[in-house]
Amino acid sequence: MMTTMIRVVLPAHLRTLARVESEVRLDVPLDAEGRLTQRAILDALEARYPMLRGTIRDHVTQQRRSFLRFFACAEDLSLEPPDAPLPDAVASGAEPFFVVGAIAGG
Amino acid sequence: MSRVRVLVGTRKGAFILASDGKRALWDVSGPHFAGWEIYHLKGSPADPNRLYASQCSGWFGQIIQRSDDGGKTWLQPGTPPGEPTSTPDGMPKGESNKFAYDTSAETGKPLTTHQWYDGTQHPWEFKRVWHLDPSLSDPNTVYAGVEDAALFRTNDGGQSWHELAGLRGHASGPQWQPGAGGMGLHTILLDPADPKRIYIAISAAGAFRTDDGGKTWRPINRGLKSQYIPNPEAEVGHCVHHMAMHASRPRVLFMQKHWDVMRSDDAGESWHEVSGNLPTDFGFVIDVHAHEPETIYVVPIKSDSEHFPPEGKLRVYRSRTGGNQWEALTKGLPQSNCYVNVLRDAMAVDSLDSCGVYFGTTGGQVYASADAGESWAPIVRDLPAVLSVEVQTLR
Repeated sequence: MMTTMIRVVLPAHLRTLARVESEVRLDVPLDAEGRLTQRAILDALEARYPMLRGTIRDHVTQQRRSFLRFFACAEDLSLEPPDAPLPDAVASGAEPFFVVGAIAGG
Repeated sequence: MSRVRVLVGTRKGAFILASDGKRALWDVSGPHFAGWEIYHLKGSPADPNRLYASQCSGWFGQIIQRSDDGGKTWLQPGTPPGEPTSTPDGMPKGESNKFAYDTSAETGKPLTTHQWYDGTQHPWEFKRVWHLDPSLSDPNTVYAGVEDAALFRTNDGGQSWHELAGLRGHASGPQWQPGAGGMGLHTILLDPADPKRIYIAISAAGAFRTDDGGKTWRPINRGLKSQYIPNPEAEVGHCVHHMAMHASRPRVLFMQKHWDVMRSDDAGESWHEVSGNLPTDFGFVIDVHAHEPETIYVVPIKSDSEHFPPEGKLRVYRSRTGGNQWEALTKGLPQSNCYVNVLRDAMAVDSLDSCGVYFGTTGGQVYASADAGESWAPIVRDLPAVLSVEVQTLR
């Protein structure tokens, strides 16, 4: 299975929970056609940091939590299907995949 | 010498307040889990160094934290990194932070809807853990009361949680509805004399009891009268705010309802009002003296629309007669311009010879009395809004 080293930026609360600094580097499997997907990133993230299970996507439905969005390369990818290919710049590690919390109250 | 540890959950983290038996000088540790809502934390009666905390956020959901050293360090029990999250036959494992409602056929027919504010039916949706109650005998067994109302249990120290679905599957479920704070299961009382008997309370469904370890449940609301619901004496639908019990008399229950302070002498089979001379019988907290089972405490709140003390005077009321005759306890508490609230899980007692009483406010004060309520002093004044207070007496 081919993998690629990518970068993920988490919101502050999740960095504290996962006990990580700044951005996370992850080795993520590519799909059968050699593409990187949102689902593969989140699966790899949760495998390495189990405490994040349920914090980004719902435990049961696997839906993105409603106060979170995904961005990369200045694009909002929140509504993309989880198995859609992500930009090449994310797959190459040139650009990070951002998990962003809504600016709402707090 | 004996010590006490006060566990405080707030809107923005947890705090641990520790003192010796004199309860005059306090060490304050925290915030733990800074920035997260800590609805509740509580220690195991069987192992006081074992603590459990409910950590949650509208952004990131529910986390369960555990400490094995009295709150110095914390961990999230669950599947370690690199281990599969499914069983060899492909079934998802229970996980520490995962509260999935039981929909299996074996549990009967768990209901999928309850009543929404507008009277329509609404699906059960997990939101948060309101209350954690560790077993009286096993540090690895804990009950969790959640919103939307259901009861969960872990038997492995918080690694996995499973619903006791008989409660949610009770035939009255479609009539349960959320209170203003949501449809939370907020009170869990474990009967020390009968391990199979548990009392719980839900806003706004009422009180329920199991006598078979959680398989089957029935409402215990006879005698409650709630003028704000269509049938004031309905079997369910009452907004119970909190219940309390003395360990030596587990059939005697005290209740602070939305309005009315109530008492049952028969394990909840029937209730009668003991509000007596209280200035208002609205409120949230209620608790029982550690050594005097007929001495109870409440903090009257003006009304359902004005959640602050009447006349701006923060007063704890104590009854030494199990209700009806109440005296105001004011020494050391603000007696003017005080408009804080005291939420339902924010009062507790210690079991030192001179019973200590503690409560926290939405203004961030935690008040302590080392003399059963005669006099009070703040341990801390400026925490985030206090959601819960528990006390451990360490010997």
